[in-house]
Amino acid sequence: MAATAGAACRAVVARDLLIATRRRSDVLTTFFFFVIVVSLFPLGVGPQPDTLREIAPGVVWVAALLAAMLSLARMFGADYADGTLEQLVLTPQPLTLLVLSKVLAHWLTTGLPLVLIAPVLGLQFDLPGDALATLLVSLLVGTPALSLIGAVGAALTLGVRGGGALTSLLVLPLYVPVLVFGAGAVTASATGLGVTGHLSLLGAMSLAALVFAPWATAMALRISLE
Amino acid sequence: MNWLKYSSPQTFYPLAGRMVPWFMGIAAVLGLVGLYLAFFAAPTDFQQGDSYRIIFIHVPAAWMSMFIYMVMAFWAGVGLAFNTRLSSMTAHALAPTGALMTFIALWTGAFWGRPTWGAWWVWDARLTSELILLFLYMGYLSLVAAIDDPRRADKASAVLALVGAINVPIIYFSVKWWNTLHQGSSVSITRAPSMASVMLIGMLVMVFAFWAYSIAAVLMRVRCEILERERGAAWTKGLKDS
Amino acid sequence: MQWGSVSEFFAMGGYGLYVWGAYAVTAVVIVAEMVMLVRRGRTLRAGAGRSSHAQSD
Repeated sequence: MAATAGAACRAVVARDLLIATRRRSDVLTTFFFFVIVVSLFPLGVGPQPDTLREIAPGVVWVAALLAAMLSLARMFGADYADGTLEQLVLTPQPLTLLVLSKVLAHWLTTGLPLVLIAPVLGLQFDLPGDALATLLVSLLVGTPALSLIGAVGAALTLGVRGGGALTSLLVLPLYVPVLVFGAGAVTASATGLGVTGHLSLLGAMSLAALVFAPWATAMALRISLE
Repeated sequence: MNWLKYSSPQTFYPLAGRMVPWFMGIAAVLGLVGLYLAFFAAPTDFQQGDSYRIIFIHVPAAWMSMFIYMVMAFWAGVGLAFNTRLSSMTAHALAPTGALMTFIALWTGAFWGRPTWGAWWVWDARLTSELILLFLYMGYLSLVAAIDDPRRADKASAVLALVGAINVPIIYFSVKWWNTLHQGSSVSITRAPSMASVMLIGMLVMVFAFWAYSIAAVLMRVRCEILERERGAAWTKGLKDS
Repeated sequence: MQWGSVSEFFAMGGYGLYVWGAYAVTAVVIVAEMVMLVRRGRTLRAGAGRSSHAQSD
């Protein structure tokens, strides 16, 4: 059966999504981690609505970063352990595209749920309606960048001691620009300023990550597997 | 002269050994001149009093921290592209010195900020970027330490260094933007008093002193890396305290 | 010479703690780096001289 690159990519996405539905706990853990972390902040900071409204964009975004980071081990971990990853690397299809497919599946199962629940969490912090919409859009535009950049870190640390903490150390500094503009967009929206600048930059970062990260990830995978 | 012959650890080792004393000497001389200018030639500043004298080590350290990262990424990239061990060893040797420079920049920045702005840490754009740079260095060093196979460590850390290098301007830009958004007027504690020329000269002399010192330290460390990695090679036998 | 006396020099116009705190830690860091590198180098050179067989890691 002759396989085209497109068919291979669809197969990878389908397989990863199927595995995610079978191992629902992985997906749900990330999701609930996000919800819990966001809910911890009022407990730590106090319930004053003014304070909460002010910190909400940062809190939700930082929680999204942490949740994204926690889920990174799962991007390649299982496939690395059972040898599937080696097979993927050896196929004639371009590894960059296969990586992109894996990242897409990963984002659908870990990033997208965060995007969808975030406005509800924003309500906990009494964010105004416009800001809630901006929160959703900013996460929608920004979480792909988190998955893409995270993929590079995950690929570099495959099978390495110190796993999760090490990956976090590598990836979090690279997340800073996404955090700054993502949370900045929501803050701007909440204070009545324009958001197009922030969202455009956020979009540009995701696009740049889309172009470069799969290639860097493919290189990192080859290095980790040789 | 064929410089390429120095691209092997065996030939570079003695060359580096001869270079170290020269660079230490240059660093010492420039350092003394710079410190003299810093403490005895440069006048007391009208606004900041004598606390501004920290600038003579803060700015050189900050510049070196960023410069060394770029050089590290360069050699890591060369090692990745051409599979040259010595290039990767040089990158590994650069990282600790760069991290220490970053630490010095942060420490001296804090000690400058306290009398000037009343707080040990202000989320000034440049200091925050330095902090993130420290995290980038720590990430690189941690990755190298965590991977047992030296060649895998070389290549993986090279990818990391290059990704980091590309991100440094992006990070700096976003932190700068973040800083102006959250502070009414963009005040920077690292803005020097408008510099009398003797202050500028003193600072430049110190920059070169730090540069010479960094080269000496890195060369010393590369020699150690070479000895560790090439252990067992015939030419490493019988090396006395050289 | 702008310092009236040695004590004035150390006082740094009231900012002595900050100026010397910054310079002192810088000096300590640099000296520490040098000392560690020299010792590491000496240990390695002594060890390299002693080994007589090629080692595989």
